[in-house]
Amino acid sequence: MSPPVNPPERKLQQNPSRSLTYRLMHQSKTALRAAYPPMLAVLAALLVGAMLMLVAGASPIAAYSALFRQALTTYFGFADTLAKTTPLLLASLGVLVALRAGQFNLGAEGQLYMGGLGSLLVGLALPGWPVWIHLPLALLGGFGFGAAWGAIAGYLKVARGLNEVLTTLLLNYVAQYLISYFVNGPLKAENAPSPFSELVAVSARLPTILPKTQAHAGIFLGLAIAILLTVAFAITPWGYRVDAVGQNPIAARYAGISTNRTILSVMAISGGLAGLAGSSEVLGLKRRLFENFSPGYGFDALAIALLSRGNPAAVILTSFFFGAIRSGASVMQRNASVPVSIIYAIQGLIVLFVAISLTLDTQSRVSLFSAKSTKEQQT
Amino acid sequence: MTPIDFISDFLSACLRLSVPLAFAALGGLISERSGVLNIGLEGMILTGAFAGAATAIALDQVWPAVGVALVAGAMVGLLHAYLCVSLGVNQLVSGLAINLTAAGLTTYGARLLFETGTVALPAIAPLNIPGFQQLPIVGVFFQQDPLFYLLLLLLPLTTYALFHTHWGLSLRAVGNAPRAADTAGVSVSRVRYCSVIFCGGLCGLAGAYLTLVHVGFFTENMSAGKGFIALAALIFGRWHPVATTLACLLFGTTEALQLRIQAYGLDIPYQLLAMLPYLTALAALAGLAGKATPPAALGIPYTKEKQ
Repeated sequence: MSPPVNPPERKLQQNPSRSLTYRLMHQSKTALRAAYPPMLAVLAALLVGAMLMLVAGASPIAAYSALFRQALTTYFGFADTLAKTTPLLLASLGVLVALRAGQFNLGAEGQLYMGGLGSLLVGLALPGWPVWIHLPLALLGGFGFGAAWGAIAGYLKVARGLNEVLTTLLLNYVAQYLISYFVNGPLKAENAPSPFSELVAVSARLPTILPKTQAHAGIFLGLAIAILLTVAFAITPWGYRVDAVGQNPIAARYAGISTNRTILSVMAISGGLAGLAGSSEVLGLKRRLFENFSPGYGFDALAIALLSRGNPAAVILTSFFFGAIRSGASVMQRNASVPVSIIYAIQGLIVLFVAISLTLDTQSRVSLFSAKSTKEQQT
Repeated sequence: MTPIDFISDFLSACLRLSVPLAFAALGGLISERSGVLNIGLEGMILTGAFAGAATAIALDQVWPAVGVALVAGAMVGLLHAYLCVSLGVNQLVSGLAINLTAAGLTTYGARLLFETGTVALPAIAPLNIPGFQQLPIVGVFFQQDPLFYLLLLLLPLTTYALFHTHWGLSLRAVGNAPRAADTAGVSVSRVRYCSVIFCGGLCGLAGAYLTLVHVGFFTENMSAGKGFIALAALIFGRWHPVATTLACLLFGTTEALQLRIQAYGLDIPYQLLAMLPYLTALAALAGLAGKATPPAALGIPYTKEKQ
């Protein structure tokens, strides 16, 4: 009689039980070691950015100090940084979940728009309900709409073998036009001078956390989800499956993991989290749905997730950094006469240098961002 | 307007809107046939558009502008090739980095160079072919600009080169079985470098077409997803030049159609029309009968040592 073979499911359950603290400590140690290349990438991008400022005849030192002083040391600037960190954090966590499974969700921008729509609909629909029911429902609406939008790409990948990169990118344009249609048409507020919706009910609003500013409680939602994801990836079977599919889909399949179901669930959750970014903008910041309300947060999210190398805790810091850059940019333009658009160039350069830095150590090349994993899923 | 005029006018719009897509898609085809995934088409088009516009303003001449756009696109191609072929960076990440960087740099550059608002650029004049241009309907094919004729020339040339020459065989071999091609003495990295640079050049031309023929000025992110639609056309056309170009024509026609409906002021919200080209591209991909089979080695960096 052959010895009984351990079913893979049992191994999954044994592994996590091996001391959570050990795993978290191990993770943070690797995270520290993994932090050098991204930091170098950011430095390099800031340096090239400085050269671009010199080309424009401005002083990089004056510009950067204006930017960071505004974003980090003034009350209103810091509040604005928090307000901008919130959607970035939520959307990046969404992109990160997909990335852990080897999926490139470039549709966070579109999912964010759909999430905003979902939350607005719930926020308008149930006036007078108690906050503790209405607000969670409104958030759930945003999550649901975003998840549905993300699941379309997941379904096309699983059922039709279509690369998720292209479908998510194309869906962005559709979502953006859809929102624009709604706020110009059926959802336009009465007598609105420009395309925007009615205000959401008071019971569906995320409260302000710093008086007289735009910083709102959405940031706590983002932090909670970051912690939740860290734990989920460390100890749950779902997290294990996602990582297994991301690192070696073929091996994962041999271990009895359904790659298709994992990809579908991951794309839906990814879309849902990006949708929550839209919810936080509608329920916390603007309290209405506006046309083109996202200045490209969904694309920043990808840069943030890559820069954080799939680590949810690192995403918190990276989102804060990107939020600060966005928050201080306009003061930089005013005080140092450097166009705000320099920050888009810097963000693009960060991704470029991150891409290069990933080749510096082989460890990340074989796991998270290996070209092989994206290829092998197609077969 | 007579029906004939209307049809030729519409046809002309379809062609104009398809040309940049076709340039980019043909470039992407060459790159992907050699095994290098190219999400960066969008950024390469944008770079070409910006470089073309900047040169046209500086020199007030069109042809040097087209040349600079071509070279600028090719330089971005070189960067992509260096990252993907020499460094072995994930090809998706590299393409994305190129898109984001190009969008950021051209927006910044536009703020610095075109501060005075929208600057009208010198345009490429159409080249009428006498004898044919007066023909009803088909006449529109003979009153286009030189870049259009270049594309018409390029299409049979690439098709022939790809399937009937030694060069095309090497290219396809590198994309399908790099190890075998290497063993047969073909330099995988040289072929990949050449095709990605060529791809960049064509995307540069697509950008120049946008700024110098089609729109007449440069605006931020004016490529508006054309690179992604070109990629969709490439997959829909199953990596074959003729089918890919026809797919571009389909997407260009959708765009022309929605613009035409908007112009007629029918009671359809323009947003629902404007999303048509993207929906068509999605529908084309989703409805593709059977799975599209990309080149076998697409997206996989090749290293000699790994046996």
